Amino acid sequence: MADITETRVTATPVARPRKRIRWDHVADHAILIAGALLMLVPVYMVFATSSWDAITVHREGMQFGFSDQLGTNYDAALFEYGGFTDSVNGVTMLANSLILGLGFAIGKIVVGMMAAYAIVYFRLKFATLAFWMIFTTLLLPLEVRILPSYEIITSITVFGLYENGMGNSYAGLIIPLIASATATFFFRQFFLSVPEELIEAARIDGAGPVKFFIDILVPLSRTMIAAMFIIMFVFGWNQYLWPTLITTDESLFTLVRGIRQIVQSYADGSETPDYGQAAALAIIAMTPPVLIVVFFQSWFVKGLTESDK
Amino acid sequence: MKRAAFGHIGFPILLLLPQLVIIAIFFYWPAAYAVQSSFYAQDMFGFTSTFVGAENYTRLIDSTNYINALNFTVIFTVLVTFFSLGIALLLAVKADKVIRGAKTYRTLLMWVYAIAPPVAGLIGVMLFDQSRGNITQLLAFFGYEYRLGVNYWDTASAMIVVSVWKQIPVNFIFFLSGLQAIPQSVREAAMIDNRSGTSRFWDITFPLLAPTGFFLLIINITYSLFDTFGIIDTIVKGEPGNNPLTLVYRVYVDGFRGGDLGGSSAQSVVLMVLVLILTIVQFRFLERRIHYT
Amino acid sequence: MAQVTLNAVRKVYPNGAEALEPSTFTIPDGELCVLVGPSGCGKSTMLRMVAGLEDITEGEVSIGDRVVNDIDPADRNIAMVFQNYALYPHMTVARNMGYGLKNRGMDRGQIAAKVREAAEMLNLTEFLDRRPSQLSGGQRQRVAMGRAIVREPDLFLFDEPLSNLDAKLRNQMRIEIRALQRRLGTTAMYVTHDQVEAMTMADRIIVLSNGHIEQIGTPNEIYEHPASTFVASFMGAPPMNLLDAEAGQGRVTLPGGEVVPQAGVNGHTGAIKVGIRPEDVAPSAQGDLSFNVDIIEELGAQRLLHGKMAGQDFSVAVPKDQEAATGEMRLALKANAVHLFDADQGRRLG
Ligand SMILES: Nc1ncnc2c1ncn2[C@@H]1O[C@H](COP(=O)(O)OP(=O)(O)O)[C@@H](O)[C@H]1O
Ligand SMILES: [Mg+2]
Repeated sequence: MADITETRVTATPVARPRKRIRWDHVADHAILIAGALLMLVPVYMVFATSSWDAITVHREGMQFGFSDQLGTNYDAALFEYGGFTDSVNGVTMLANSLILGLGFAIGKIVVGMMAAYAIVYFRLKFATLAFWMIFTTLLLPLEVRILPSYEIITSITVFGLYENGMGNSYAGLIIPLIASATATFFFRQFFLSVPEELIEAARIDGAGPVKFFIDILVPLSRTMIAAMFIIMFVFGWNQYLWPTLITTDESLFTLVRGIRQIVQSYADGSETPDYGQAAALAIIAMTPPVLIVVFFQSWFVKGLTESDK
Repeated sequence: MKRAAFGHIGFPILLLLPQLVIIAIFFYWPAAYAVQSSFYAQDMFGFTSTFVGAENYTRLIDSTNYINALNFTVIFTVLVTFFSLGIALLLAVKADKVIRGAKTYRTLLMWVYAIAPPVAGLIGVMLFDQSRGNITQLLAFFGYEYRLGVNYWDTASAMIVVSVWKQIPVNFIFFLSGLQAIPQSVREAAMIDNRSGTSRFWDITFPLLAPTGFFLLIINITYSLFDTFGIIDTIVKGEPGNNPLTLVYRVYVDGFRGGDLGGSSAQSVVLMVLVLILTIVQFRFLERRIHYT
Repeated sequence: MAQVTLNAVRKVYPNGAEALEPSTFTIPDGELCVLVGPSGCGKSTMLRMVAGLEDITEGEVSIGDRVVNDIDPADRNIAMVFQNYALYPHMTVARNMGYGLKNRGMDRGQIAAKVREAAEMLNLTEFLDRRPSQLSGGQRQRVAMGRAIVREPDLFLFDEPLSNLDAKLRNQMRIEIRALQRRLGTTAMYVTHDQVEAMTMADRIIVLSNGHIEQIGTPNEIYEHPASTFVASFMGAPPMNLLDAEAGQGRVTLPGGEVVPQAGVNGHTGAIKVGIRPEDVAPSAQGDLSFNVDIIEELGAQRLLHGKMAGQDFSVAVPKDQEAATGEMRLALKANAVHLFDADQGRRLG
């Protein structure tokens, strides 16, 4: 015993290796840094450009350094009214994006959780049929049935509520986007993974369907709800095609929809487009979803990797 | 369904109702309407429509525009999928390996997920602009005259680059979580059996990642087909002209610009069939994947 | 307090599998009845029908003097402890225990008092504000017990409540549960696949195999008079030795020609099974049976000698102070050591 300890003590200083540079580790970091820069630099350039006046950008393209127009450009992007009717500014669009993102995320989660609860926790004869009817909606994205959807929604009149169809309304903007069952499917998967015994214990404890849902299942799903909320909010916020079609009234434009206006003024070429201001608007459009994804990263990753299976 | 599921009838139906009503009105009805319209021709003003059988479909086959879009879509999809998967896999393998800064790298490589496709497209337009784009200037320095919106393949390459850029984060996240799901014991066993890191990757890691990879393949094809609409629309600045277009963009152009409900619907139906085939492939694979674990 | 009666209760699952053949028995008030049998034999199915978590295909279940077939689980006044405890992960220990009472509309002060009382009984007082994830396996098990106790039910149902614990804790909890049930005097049905648990805890044991009841009896009856070869080999560790033998001319003969003493065959002839427990034989130079030891297994308090008797596997348990060596030896039977079973059905003879 004493021997062994002694050998160790004397051997340690001799055997201590010289600190060497591991070149393969350096290469790994180099590749990762290159990847990070690939992601970062274009957006950084947009940000830098948003501090420049239109003339410089028009002459030289996007900028790497900063100038003094930052405040002016963001002020204009947010508060200057524009469009054909002069009825929309950045703040309006921000509000609309928020309504779309929140409405879509909340609507989808509420509708999806309810349906998933019915499918998993009740002995329904037609549960399988309902599941397949709902599941089929995962197959065809809105883009595929875009024209008929547009025709139907702009001509539909709901109990006299939307006399001229649901075009140019928040409902027409949001509800058709909810008509796919990603959230339902996600919550179904999650509910199936909840131990069987929990509902059994709860039933013995005298919980009925409503109590079980509110007291047990919803609190249990908190992380899942948060994860789904982040994914859905970003997805809703970033919608483009549907808002473009369904909202012609400029006061309903979202930020992402507003990007199209910028690009079109680019294409017209009639006057020098306000590049700095456009860059500022692009930054405004991406900041909320990016912040959410970065700050709630672990929930976001969980939601993403567990929902798409 | 759970063993001890509730036996109520009315309540679950009430729970299902919102979902069922929404999908009936906003999914099944439009989908059925698309199928129906694809057999009719509408006049210019949408007042009358006449049954024309499969004419809308045969018209597609004869249309060079459509065939061009089909060809471009295939090329576009293959390239976007290949590059975004390849780059993401490389980054994920490295990010899984490094110990220092792993979390920071993860954040830096995934945040672009949150950027909307048209915003990405706008960045592309500014970088590739024919007269003032930074990349255009860089290429001019090397003697290449890059002409976005004029030269077909120049435009196409901008679309592909932006689409790849936008898709790397998703693939990265999935590959990384796939890698992290490989048990430490398996890695250690492999380390004892094989001292070369490269061959360990191809013998052990890559096969274990194959399910994730196959799943991502489908995701990327779907992305290339549908989710790139915003990128393409901004890069062509809303003006199709002679630019390269994908099938989905043609559905939109013919339907909303050309006012051709029948033709656009026929294209929709073709796309539906395509997606259905993809899904069936995915399911066959999913079944296999269950055996894997 | 209540007695439990099953009257020709049968279970067929929707997929057509008959998990329980029609079964009839009564558990008297205040008894702890253990359902024991190998995995998949239908123990949980029986328990869950009593709980109301599974539909009853045929027959009647009564708790007290009330037929409960169509009564909701919450209204049967039962409490159940699950193998994985099924604690509500987002609730504190106190809320977990009080949830059932809250649903009955009991007022808060009363719930708190009952929870505190049960927590004291189970040494859980200092954990009342913790979540299940902050507890050890043994503590979670106690919380599950507490949740059952506070309801003051007519009947406790346990479905393998100790299977997720390590061996030492299992022994300790076994004793505690038994003591608690005695103290409360509440009727209990206890499912386990562990025969030691069954023998040590039960007032009455029901041995199940493949969806039917093999035997009902006290631990002693089951051990001394197993009703079938299944019960004989399932109950008792190490299991009873079962040897193929021949009956004829009023004697039982092993294949090698040795005659098994103590075996009165009262008229039975032909193939027969002889059962002898490893602890019912002892090495003795004058013994009637020859035994060839291959392996000696040291268990501390005793030794197990594994080998062959008349060409068939046989084991003998000897106390630790008795020397043993591999090779030939002779064995003598203790009193009432021989059990006889018919060779086809495995039923007990005589
Ligand atoms: N929900 C079910 N549907 C069909 N068969 C089942 C179901 N639950 C259990 N079984 C079958 O019934 C038999 C008894 O199961 P169980 O009572 O759980 O056994 P034990 O608790 O004794 O291990 C088993 O063969 C099992 O496969
Ligand atoms: Mg069981």
